[in-house]
Amino acid sequence: MVAELFPNGISHYAIGGLLVGLGVATIYVGTGISAGASTFLESTLSYGSTLSRFQQYRPSRDWRVVFTLGIVAGAAIYAVTASPQDGLWVTEVQWWRLLVGGILVGVGTRVGKGCTSGHGVCGVGSVSNASFVGVATFLLIAIGTAQLVQAVGVVP
Amino acid sequence: MSGEHEQHPLFMPLVFVGGLIFGFGLGFSQMAQPEVVLSFLQFEDFGLLFVMFGAAIVTGITYFGVKQVRSTAPLTGAAYARRLKTLDKNVVIGGGIFGVGWGLSGICPGAAYASLGIGNYAMLWGIAGMFIGAYTQGFWRSTRTESATTTTAAD
Repeated sequence: MVAELFPNGISHYAIGGLLVGLGVATIYVGTGISAGASTFLESTLSYGSTLSRFQQYRPSRDWRVVFTLGIVAGAAIYAVTASPQDGLWVTEVQWWRLLVGGILVGVGTRVGKGCTSGHGVCGVGSVSNASFVGVATFLLIAIGTAQLVQAVGVVP
Repeated sequence: MSGEHEQHPLFMPLVFVGGLIFGFGLGFSQMAQPEVVLSFLQFEDFGLLFVMFGAAIVTGITYFGVKQVRSTAPLTGAAYARRLKTLDKNVVIGGGIFGVGWGLSGICPGAAYASLGIGNYAMLWGIAGMFIGAYTQGFWRSTRTESATTTTAAD
């Protein structure tokens, strides 16, 4: 039963999740800031765009770039220290799925006030009703979408 | 938050270290791999629940625990506050749009940045898409706000 639900075990998932939480906790304890990943998209656009929507993020845009570079570097450290079969992979998901999905993620996370880290980690950790609703919404819709995509035979 | 926060010499290094741990964790969990996210959403491997809830539990304990020790953060002087957003229809509409994108591609913002660090350059398609999407909603909301009233967006 357990083996059916978790064919790849749970240890790397659980340890990885604890580390993701520890990263958020480190920043929070030091600065009081809840660091979500998707605000970086809009705050970085403020460097090159004068649209009023993005200007509210000017004060935080520099540290958000540093946070994102840290995520990239941390994952790179993982990749070079992991065993080849764990750390080295290239996604086979088709480019158009990444692009179209990415566009919807960009719109949705910003309209919906958070992503998997902002709502899912910081917001749920804060026992926020808005985040519970946000997570339930994107999780259920994502499950439906992924199953539909699979059912119509889009692979990979 | 103001730019003053960034004056403390340890502010940026701490944010970077937090990002390092966060990104290493995303790599270690395999959540940076779209195929793993899709296998969760398609009910083939439920392990991703441990990533999300494991992270939220650590964050929850920290958010509530740190306030028992001190009231303000050492590097910014900011009061420790929970991450609370106003629950309105945007949370549901945006969450729904994000859900379609996540289910189609298997990528979310943090995992996409981590994926790039692992050397998965195909992820540039996804990150380019995220910037296009973020710009599109920003353009729409900025022009709508300016034509309707002079009030600024509050979320």
